Amino acid sequence: MDTQISNRLDATFLALADPTRRAILARLSRGEASVTEIAEPFAISQPAISKHLKILERAGLITVGQDAQRRPRRLEGKPLAEANAWLERYRASWEASFERLDGVLEELQRRPSASTRARRRTRR
Amino acid sequence: MPMTMERAQVTLPSEREVKVTRSFKAPRPLVYRAYTEPTLVRRWLLGPPGWSMPVCEMDVRVGGDYRWRWRSDKDGSEFGFAGTFREITPPSRLVHTESYDPGTLGDAHPQNEAIVSVTFAEDSSITTVTTVIDFGSKEARDAAVATGMTDGMEQSYQLLDTLLSEGL
Repeated sequence: MDTQISNRLDATFLALADPTRRAILARLSRGEASVTEIAEPFAISQPAISKHLKILERAGLITVGQDAQRRPRRLEGKPLAEANAWLERYRASWEASFERLDGVLEELQRRPSASTRARRRTRR
Repeated sequence: MPMTMERAQVTLPSEREVKVTRSFKAPRPLVYRAYTEPTLVRRWLLGPPGWSMPVCEMDVRVGGDYRWRWRSDKDGSEFGFAGTFREITPPSRLVHTESYDPGTLGDAHPQNEAIVSVTFAEDSSITTVTTVIDFGSKEARDAAVATGMTDGMEQSYQLLDTLLSEGL
């Protein structure tokens, strides 16, 4: 695996590992916001929020907008998309198996297999 | 009508582990069977399309070994997994080791032994299977998850649905 991508993913997942930071990202997914606006719904101090924002910024998950007064934070899609793509391929491979398993289980429930019938016979 | 449940969820509970969760519309003993009878396992444990499972041997008892091998329909290349069952609690839990067998691929995959814990829980005829794979190290986990990863990082905010769903 490309070391650069690997390091970026580390930073992304570290940033995502905290519920406050995930809530901040969810807030920013609805549009950019100033630090005060971001801090509003949280029961923690603004310096604590700023610390979380710094971690998100370092991971490239958010950037600071042009407005020098408000300094709005906005969500950056690329690292999330990278992290998603990384897990998605792995997930898709499992899902492909699980969809076949859906079929196998459906068939087993429709008509018990020969082995089940054989086992029932031996048990009796 | 196909009995497809909500898609599989993949999360990272620690830096060495991956957790895969999926629910099935079937009673727990049946799902357990589908995980432990080789004739059933080889029908579904195939990953992405284009692979068959010519070897599926499982001695399902504590200390018993298993060997799985897959073959590409396209070029006949093979790889597999093998290991030992450590815990067998029908129909609720299975624990086994897992070592990668590079087969004919011969790629430099980390050789650590992973520990795979599979838990089956039933609620109202829906069985949820939770698989936790402890790869032993962060490097091994990242490499395993990245297997087959190529370019094409499509723009997507799906992560906010899948990855974050647990915490939001």
